[in-house]
Amino acid sequence: MADPMKIRAQLKGDVAEIRVLMGHAMETGQRKDAAGKTIPPHFIQSLTVEVAGKKVVDGQVGTSVSRNPVFGFKVKGAKAGDKVVVSWVDNKGDKRTDEAAVA
Amino acid sequence: MKYRIAFVAMLALVMQPASAQNKQATAKTGAKPPAAAPAEQKDAATLEFEKFRTQMEQEGNPAELFEVKGEEFWKAKRGPKNVSLAESCDLGLGIGVVKGAYVQMPRYFADAGKVMDAERRIVWCMVEKQGFKFNDLAKEPFAKGNYTPEQTSLVTYVAGQSKDMKIAVPLKDPHVKDVYEIGKETVAYRAGPYDFSCNTCHGADGKRIRMQNLPNITTAKGSLTAVLGWPGYRMTGGVMLTPQWRMGDCFRQQRFPQPKYASDTITALLTYMTANANGQMYKGLGIKR
Amino acid sequence: MLSALIATGVLKPTAAYAAEWNKAAFDAHDTASALKGIGAGTPADSKDLILKVPDIAENGAVVPVDVISNIPNTTSISILVDKNPSPLSASFDFANGALPEVSARLKMGQTSMVKAVAKADGKFYTAQKEVKVTVGGCGG
Repeated sequence: MADPMKIRAQLKGDVAEIRVLMGHAMETGQRKDAAGKTIPPHFIQSLTVEVAGKKVVDGQVGTSVSRNPVFGFKVKGAKAGDKVVVSWVDNKGDKRTDEAAVA
Repeated sequence: MKYRIAFVAMLALVMQPASAQNKQATAKTGAKPPAAAPAEQKDAATLEFEKFRTQMEQEGNPAELFEVKGEEFWKAKRGPKNVSLAESCDLGLGIGVVKGAYVQMPRYFADAGKVMDAERRIVWCMVEKQGFKFNDLAKEPFAKGNYTPEQTSLVTYVAGQSKDMKIAVPLKDPHVKDVYEIGKETVAYRAGPYDFSCNTCHGADGKRIRMQNLPNITTAKGSLTAVLGWPGYRMTGGVMLTPQWRMGDCFRQQRFPQPKYASDTITALLTYMTANANGQMYKGLGIKR
Repeated sequence: MLSALIATGVLKPTAAYAAEWNKAAFDAHDTASALKGIGAGTPADSKDLILKVPDIAENGAVVPVDVISNIPNTTSISILVDKNPSPLSASFDFANGALPEVSARLKMGQTSMVKAVAKADGKFYTAQKEVKVTVGGCGG
């Protein structure tokens, strides 16, 4: 069961500043564990952001993104209370969707 | 005077005899006491690091993920006794009270008969109230790779609940004062193959190791720097780490044997450092190198 | 396969369905191939593409990168780290009011150029900055 994301969506004027913290190991497939065995790649590959039912960001991500990644986006035309939905899918097919309201 | 005896006895218990007795500077490569940089001067790189750390702490600190986990652990019925910490654990402000508890530790707990820091108290509650075995918790007590121990998340949650509160270690309590004095002696105690004490690196202004400025924990200002940001998410390895971990890692860097988990000596060190920072604002969870 | 599943209604295309992962581009081991993988070819330098990165990263494991495109009609932004084993780090498409701005945190294995690439009106633009890395960020 993937870790829940922390989503913050703050309205500044008519622009929602969205910040998402995702809990994910983002293993590159190049690290070795204590026993010397290579840890297989396990990383978020794609993410989407929806605001008020419309897809605003469609992202693809690779192994160069930090562990427990944080992304920031800005969406114009948002209103207080708009629902922000963020989803991700990783290379193993694990997924996670969380939502927050624009404040 | 009694604390001096207790101090020596405690160190004997904590450290394995062989290495601790070796005061000869054996020819191990590389380790030198840190160079003295001009006092209070921070170079451009350091200032930039601080700027980016602050930015990252504000915009999204992965420590928050562990804060959430810690809150779940706090509220969940766990362990052989199937009891939650929320309904059984007193962090000093009453059973289940978390808000503001972190900045009032280390403190004396009558039911344990000891002064304890947050992690030690949480572990005590996990053992006494929830029925966990101490040796199980002490086996891998700190985060490593993709593993984060339950107590780390709990300490993270508890610390987060003292965000923006004044540090207030109860030094007026004679038990705490005694342990503080032991801590003061301990930071000056030289041991290990390099004859290092904590003060070697942290006992004066302006010291650094490579790119990191070292706080002077004998001063109020330096102690605050030392206390702030812990528990912290460490960028190296991407793991959540606690002050107990940090003390142990200092021991490692001094080539001391590793301290026993949740030992009296570590509590004494934390009491000394944290009390020196009394009266100043604890800003919550940090991001560390 | 995917389209067959969608056609038979097994997979419903929702507004949130993300584009298929661009394996060729992300697996590319050099910047030129990665750029080719995202269709960028040889992007033109643009001063309207703002890239904010630290001069020195305290830890290569977490390097904060901000990209803002002031190029009109920007529809996507990609970020690359030249000297990483897989230079293409991330790629974002914007729609429905999303501003062409993104911030992300990247792993950098060593001191390297960080490149931002923006797509606007079918053309590609780039800006780059060097980030010095003290502690390499790809190890444990």
